[in-house]
Amino acid sequence: MRRLAVQIAATAAICGVAGYLVAPLAIGDPAPRRIRIVAAKFAFDKREIRVRKGEAVTLQLSSPDFVHGFSIPDLDARIDLVPGRTVELALKPQRVGRFGFLCDNFCGEGHDRMTGVLVVEE
Amino acid sequence: MNDQQRYTRRDFMRLAGVGGLVFASGLPGCAEFGQAGSGKQDFTFVQLSDVHWGYANPKVNPEASGTLKRAVAAVNALEQKPDFVVFTGDLTQTTDDAKVRRQRLREFKEQAAALAVPKVWFFQGEHDASLDRGEAYQEVIGGPLYYTFDHKGVHFIVLDNTSDPAPILGERQIEWLKADLARLAPDAPIVVLTHRPLFALYPQWDWATRDGQAAIQALMPYRNVTVFYGHIHHENHYVTGHIGHHAAMAVMFPLSPVGTAPQKTQLPWNPAQPYQGLGWRSVAASSAGAAPTISERTLAKS
Repeated sequence: MRRLAVQIAATAAICGVAGYLVAPLAIGDPAPRRIRIVAAKFAFDKREIRVRKGEAVTLQLSSPDFVHGFSIPDLDARIDLVPGRTVELALKPQRVGRFGFLCDNFCGEGHDRMTGVLVVEE
Repeated sequence: MNDQQRYTRRDFMRLAGVGGLVFASGLPGCAEFGQAGSGKQDFTFVQLSDVHWGYANPKVNPEASGTLKRAVAAVNALEQKPDFVVFTGDLTQTTDDAKVRRQRLREFKEQAAALAVPKVWFFQGEHDASLDRGEAYQEVIGGPLYYTFDHKGVHFIVLDNTSDPAPILGERQIEWLKADLARLAPDAPIVVLTHRPLFALYPQWDWATRDGQAAIQALMPYRNVTVFYGHIHHENHYVTGHIGHHAAMAVMFPLSPVGTAPQKTQLPWNPAQPYQGLGWRSVAASSAGAAPTISERTLAKS
């Protein structure tokens, strides 16, 4: 039951950011893999995230110091990282490729360095 | 023709049928500059952008401390004096130190005071204002973060998409914009000045305003609208519907255009061509139909 609730929540989350490269989760899909990411001035602790095409993942994002943004423009997916909370961004990429992510809230001197890449593999 | 199109410098020159530095006009969203009309008033203004005072990287600009002075001297040397100069944001290089931020703004202001023009307008970029929501900017430079002014029959609208850490205008400002536009005639000449592009030029490099489309939609009923902005540190021309959007070169350092580098890149100084890629622009405008003619000016030695 809990798993179903998680999937429904993830589906709701993904529908809010749905782009042409992501697809909603369906009931019966395996539980999304969780990937923790910490954003702090001025880097993401993971510069590269690897997922498989069609794999449902939930990015669990947190920040200790600023309302950083986490955005993957090519997937039309983004979320604000509120310090003191963990926020979740559900993804199910449908196309192989390398998709850059960035902090899209201006956070200071090293803002432009807060980038990384989501690698979607077969 | 697509609803939204990017125009290259070559396109502009071809459309305008001119070479050299002066181009534009004859584009979607641009009525003919200087067309007949009773009581029309023509004038020029200068756009300076992305001064980034306090920037320090000699590989990119070894003349950083003198570059603004060079731009000011070039404007002051214009044969036809502009009616005003507008700085379109990022007056200073960002710093996490609030005292240094104020010091840089003061030093910038002192140098800008050397402009020999009747009026200088300022507004902020994210480097000046995002970390404190414009507090230091307003303390040192003064004035509101978004505002309007009228000049010789042209309505200028300054939009703030940088004082929030998020690249947004915000609902309150968009409502303010709609209220301001509501009192204008559909053929009123309108010039919008802002820092970030209002359209999604390239969100992958933070070259967008998240809710900029709302502003563009509000402007769409008006036939003579042109947008001038900065932020991307190179010349760029784009059209949404009939509205032209024109990014200016930076004063301090150039950035690679979209498609020319895998990452947003500050272009290195070329000793063989100092100040290459740095510049400013002069704009000829008219109350007869907001038909700006743009003259791009390089800081490079000729």
